[in-house]
Amino acid sequence: MGEQAMNLPPAPVVGPRPLSASAGSPRGPRRSRFALASERVFEWVIRLCGISAILFVFGIFFFVLREGVGFLFGGLNLVQFLFSTEWYPTSVANVRYGVLALIAGTFSVTGLAMLIAVPFGLGAAIFVSEFCGGRVRETLKIVIELLAAIPSVVWGFIGISVMNPLIQEIFHVPVGLNVLNGALLLALMSVPIMVSIGEDALKAVPDSFREASLAMGATRWQTVRRVLLPAAKNGLLAAVLLGVGRAVGETMAVLMATGHAVNIPKSPFDPVRTLTATIAAELGEASVGSNHYQVLFVIGILLFSITFAVNLVADLIVKGTAKG
Amino acid sequence: MAATFAETPLARSKLRQERAVQILLGLMAFLMVLPLVTIVGYLVVQAWPLLSLDFLLKNPTGGMRQGGVWAALLGTIYLVTTSLLIAAPVGVLAAVYLNEYAKKGWLTRIINLAVVNLAGVPSIVHALFGLGAFVLFAGMGRSILAASLTLAIMTLPVIIASTREALASVPMSFREACWNVGATRWQTIKGIVLPNSISGILTGVILQVSRTAGETAPIMFTGAVFFKRIEEGNPFAYSLSDQCMALSMHLFTITTQVTDAPKALPYATAVTLLGTVLLVNALAIGLRVRLRARKKW
Repeated sequence: MGEQAMNLPPAPVVGPRPLSASAGSPRGPRRSRFALASERVFEWVIRLCGISAILFVFGIFFFVLREGVGFLFGGLNLVQFLFSTEWYPTSVANVRYGVLALIAGTFSVTGLAMLIAVPFGLGAAIFVSEFCGGRVRETLKIVIELLAAIPSVVWGFIGISVMNPLIQEIFHVPVGLNVLNGALLLALMSVPIMVSIGEDALKAVPDSFREASLAMGATRWQTVRRVLLPAAKNGLLAAVLLGVGRAVGETMAVLMATGHAVNIPKSPFDPVRTLTATIAAELGEASVGSNHYQVLFVIGILLFSITFAVNLVADLIVKGTAKG
Repeated sequence: MAATFAETPLARSKLRQERAVQILLGLMAFLMVLPLVTIVGYLVVQAWPLLSLDFLLKNPTGGMRQGGVWAALLGTIYLVTTSLLIAAPVGVLAAVYLNEYAKKGWLTRIINLAVVNLAGVPSIVHALFGLGAFVLFAGMGRSILAASLTLAIMTLPVIIASTREALASVPMSFREACWNVGATRWQTIKGIVLPNSISGILTGVILQVSRTAGETAPIMFTGAVFFKRIEEGNPFAYSLSDQCMALSMHLFTITTQVTDAPKALPYATAVTLLGTVLLVNALAIGLRVRLRARKKW
């Protein structure tokens, strides 16, 4: 065994040689002290940058919690906070901090947006990945990228200046700033992310699956429906979840386009207010350290937790696919 | 010959179904092109009477009902540049760590998860963080620096993701060749990996610029103000500890707070912001297309 190994040529180097200053070492060339020191410094800087993302995520949680924690555990009635629809943060006689209506606002707008965006996003992802080639695909991908680049405040402006009169006219309602308006904007904003992640998921299905199906005489649509969709199911689900995360966290567009009324909506034409919009609208007026100010940070923690959970689930689903 | 095969009803219905689906899916995809084109077109048409170089170079006047967007434009440039100077080195090095140093394991897994989550944190939560950490805790006050730091952390995942992709596209054999002539890991990165992926990294940096320029929520409470008068034509009119106007914030203000502005004014502001963002993005796309055409390996 040992003799056999000695006859083999030296193993190829698959990583950089370990750092050492000893002269004539068989493991690597002589290096100056300065070179070694700077190499170590660079490694530490790079390592620090590498873990910075973790530090930032914890930092965000810590500092948002820090501003809100005093009121969260001292004074805030959690039952009222989560289950009351009464949001009167500036009332003089009877201050009430119930965010149920705001949660309902967030989820009604997000839900309706997903009803529109999921079929379109996945349909477009299938089209881009399976039904078109070359030029058309490249063009569509560029359009999707540009669509994703439109800032949310511009979407909000479009909601006010374009969608508002359109909705008033088409549906004969007095105000066009409502759930439907916000949902349409959110749909347009979250479709690009769904298309790009959904396309990745479809691309990850090996070509041999397609070839096998086509060789059996299936049409392309049959292949998509019976072979590709089941195979890419997890990735597509993750695409939808990331779209949901984006929609829940969206601020400026819903702040401008949903009508800003604290209200549990009964129809798509009711105005609502979302969690994000409430923070954006009221943080400027609340004096630092006041209960009102702190409760807005508590809402921030709630939002952080929701999107964190959504992203975590999406990530676990994707990792599950990668393994299986 | 195809004619010798009689078309069965099944084959015909399959074909019909195939066509219908293709048209339906095609329409869905096309419906994304439509809003982009119509929205941009409509905004430009509405804004046309006001669009001029003067609009960019004059301060807003008359309670933001007249004049241009100079103070806001310059503020956006300050915010973008400062946050870029912070985010680019950290983001690129973080990507270098993940692609060149990190071994498969729980730490790498957690870092990846953190990057994904950082990208998913709502922009308004970033605003709360910026306010709590930079404005109040670090004592920077509401300033360009505090707002830029907030923006930098928010857009870090953009740079990390695209830099990683660029680094991963450098073939492993390049690194192995370099290691075998005795270079250390950092020498290899500096001499071989980074130069060969610089265009891809630049693309990511450009995308970060575009994303930063459009953000509103994170700067609302950390450094942007509704109105501030600065010297026209002086590109150094702000300092890092100043508050500033920003295009995105300005659009929000004149749309929601200023009631009797001339109709074209918000449109012109929107077009300025959208034009900036889309131009920057087009630059990134152009760079990527050229890069792909030129790829040597």
